[in-house]
Amino acid sequence: MVSSPPKSISTPILSIRQVTKKFPGVIANDNISLDLHQGKVHCLLGENGAGKSTLISILAGMQQPDQGWIEAAGQRVNIASPRAAMDLGIGVVYQHSTLISTMTVLENLMLGDTGGVTLDIKGAKARLEELGEMLGASIEGSALASDLALGQQQQVEIAKAMWKGSKVLILDEPTSMLTPQAIAQLEESVARLKAQDLSIVFITHKLREAYSMGDEISVLRHGRLVHHISDAVLKKSSEEEIKESVLDAMFGEDKASVGDKAFAEEISAASEAHHLRSTKSFDSEEPVLRLSGISSPDSPTETPVKGFSVDIRPGEIVGVAGIDGHGQKPLAELVAGQRKLTSGKIFFDGEDISSSGVRKRQSLGIRYVTDDRMHEGIVGDLSVAVNLVLKRIGMAPFWRWGRMNKTAVDQEAQHLVSSFDIRTPNLHTRAGTLSGGNIQKLLLARELTHEPRVVIFNKPTYGLDLKTVGRVRTIVRDFAENGGSVLLISTDLDELVELSDRIVLISGGRLSGEVVNDSAKTAERVGELMLGPN
Amino acid sequence: MAAEGGLQSPGTKTSSSRTTKVVAGFVRNVLPLALAIGTSGIFLLALGKSPAAFYGAVIQFGLLGTGWQRSIIMLAPLLLYGAGLIVAFRGKLWNLGYEGQYLLGGVLVVGLAPALTQSLPLALAFIILMAIGATVGGAWTFLPAVLKAKFGTNEIITTLMLSFVGIGITNMLIRGPFQNPEVTVPQTAVMPLDTMFPKILGSRIHIGIIIALVVVLILHFVLTRTSFGLRLDVYGASPKSALHVGIDVPRMIVIIFLISGALIGLAASVDMLGLWGTMRANWNPSYGAAILPFVFLARLNILASIPFLAFYAVLATGGALASQDVGLDSHFLLVVVALILVFMSIIEYIGMKRDLGQSYIPPGLRKAFASLLSRKNEGDS
Repeated sequence: MVSSPPKSISTPILSIRQVTKKFPGVIANDNISLDLHQGKVHCLLGENGAGKSTLISILAGMQQPDQGWIEAAGQRVNIASPRAAMDLGIGVVYQHSTLISTMTVLENLMLGDTGGVTLDIKGAKARLEELGEMLGASIEGSALASDLALGQQQQVEIAKAMWKGSKVLILDEPTSMLTPQAIAQLEESVARLKAQDLSIVFITHKLREAYSMGDEISVLRHGRLVHHISDAVLKKSSEEEIKESVLDAMFGEDKASVGDKAFAEEISAASEAHHLRSTKSFDSEEPVLRLSGISSPDSPTETPVKGFSVDIRPGEIVGVAGIDGHGQKPLAELVAGQRKLTSGKIFFDGEDISSSGVRKRQSLGIRYVTDDRMHEGIVGDLSVAVNLVLKRIGMAPFWRWGRMNKTAVDQEAQHLVSSFDIRTPNLHTRAGTLSGGNIQKLLLARELTHEPRVVIFNKPTYGLDLKTVGRVRTIVRDFAENGGSVLLISTDLDELVELSDRIVLISGGRLSGEVVNDSAKTAERVGELMLGPN
Repeated sequence: MAAEGGLQSPGTKTSSSRTTKVVAGFVRNVLPLALAIGTSGIFLLALGKSPAAFYGAVIQFGLLGTGWQRSIIMLAPLLLYGAGLIVAFRGKLWNLGYEGQYLLGGVLVVGLAPALTQSLPLALAFIILMAIGATVGGAWTFLPAVLKAKFGTNEIITTLMLSFVGIGITNMLIRGPFQNPEVTVPQTAVMPLDTMFPKILGSRIHIGIIIALVVVLILHFVLTRTSFGLRLDVYGASPKSALHVGIDVPRMIVIIFLISGALIGLAASVDMLGLWGTMRANWNPSYGAAILPFVFLARLNILASIPFLAFYAVLATGGALASQDVGLDSHFLLVVVALILVFMSIIEYIGMKRDLGQSYIPPGLRKAFASLLSRKNEGDS
């Protein structure tokens, strides 16, 4: 790649022209046109569901637009497959890891090599070194992918996306699960790549990142491109002005309904996250829930929990931080009673409940708000009303002599629908047709009634729209204010810092550290723990 | 097509008026039958037979005269059999071992019947024999059920394999302990007519149809109106959800299998005590495969399965004689049944696409058409 001064480039390297993509029930992309230039970072902002992911999958050749087309260097191109995207030099780093954890870094990188009969290991090593230099990171090719810290994994993902020589690099929410230290390193890598004339698309929902890293900002909302800030405008505007105009574009006429400005800023993470609860001391109180060295059965497909211990006291929110897939789901299911313990004990109010089942624990007040809302939390074919009493099948007053008491069920459902503001056409609508946010509200309504004492929230705001994120966090906070105990599992560090009294770190299924959330530097301290002892 | 479905969620369709619902239900459930009968008629023409003569004979032998009585006699075991399949399928447990469960239950009933009906009061003997049939049928699902519940072993394989074992044991029993000593062909002793199910009001119909109707109606109530039925549906919809809401999943699996097998065993008892009174070696009515399309057409609803199974009973009793009448192999009936399955699948596919507001043509096919068309246009220009 011969480098030329970026300023002189006029033809965009890649152009999206009037692209429209529809899915049943939604228009994911509505007549979107965008230009990507060499040596520029183009930030794409928008809520969940704004259509960012669809746009990427069109560029990556995973989906075809219904209308509109793509131009590469002024030429109309048809990106019919991921291979076609690669051949055009479009590399994508997805939000979720695409590395195979049991393979080495080098093996992962060489997965797409189709050149000869034998693998060109020497060439691959050289390429890795070259890319490592470009990124400003040293990547050890022989390390197992699973042994890498998350920041390093991401560097490998970027190297993988650029393996065949990228001209356009798309980063899909690359910072969402990174520690502050890793974010700083990523920013440095992006700056280096930019200097080497790559065109970078940086997708985020955090305004401060867009401002600090972007040359151009585009805002998507409900599938439409609602706002574009050019290079020139971005340079001469202050962060405040940009924030103002972006928030206007993101929330539009909804801004009033979102609430005051401060709230909108908070949920768009325009400022640093900080603990929003008054710090309390829980040391004197007896724990409601005590996990004592609990382990889950070995599994070939996921990391089991190994000897995990934590105490949760009344009114306390204990956050569980960690990279996704490090034993969080087995941990939640062990506490809920959905899995059998292989060792350790669980105490509730001092009583050993290790061998009691899901139902018994529910009746004691242990509740689990699952992260798999669609397939575990609700039964999509059943009505909203039945889903709201799904954990009380056969119990009075909703069932009598084995038969459902429809009046009691409807009464309960009506009460929950209005008090948790579940938006549904009526009580007998199939629950599967509700939006993700309303399904989450349905689950919260079900779990937080009938005397909950300890609630496990597993990624409670993952994939939700910003308004619902704010509401869910308020519900979690209110529950703890009223004396409830919370085990909050999340991969969103800002969320953990905002809500938790204490944050414990899970790594490889083990408890690997604890941070009391009492100062401004909590995120950094958790980040240090994540990076490990070195 | 995509534009039409643009902003319409699948849920809005369900709120449309009652008549459109009835029409949609008719199209989805009855149209496959009509199309299968029509297409079979074309096949008949191709074979040089008259469709009118064949279907006329089906109605004549299956419905008119005493035909309706024969059809009802056949319906009795089918109702129980169908209910057995429906219970398992509602839980998305694919009990495909129905033949083994049926034959093994049947052979023990018919093998023990002569001794029991002679030594005990008839009513008591019937109850005990039916209990034996149900128990054996249920027991034959127990191993697959436990394997599924404990280790998640695929029940399609285990039930199917055990079915072959069951058929084998049935034949061994007929040639061994239950062999009728008076004849040389391998078959069980023939029950005297006066020790079989009594007939209803001077007709040929035995009381099996009443037993079957009572059992399936009770079961329908249990499945649709009770907490057990809801738990079963939750498990069927998502085993993950079932575990999450606190249903004892392993127990649920075993119960579903036991009920399913017991109903099929009961179907065999009714069939043996009411109609056959004996079993020959290598005899297999293969009801299961034949009624499979009908329980799906009934949307796994027991009440809805009654008319569909009645339709099959008429088709089967009438068809067996009708095919002789016009000089066809009796396997022609299986062609009709298979066509029902084919048309049902096509109509389901179209209906699903319609609900989603998508094109009826699969994307691959559309692409092929599009490329053909564009090539043609290029040639024109």
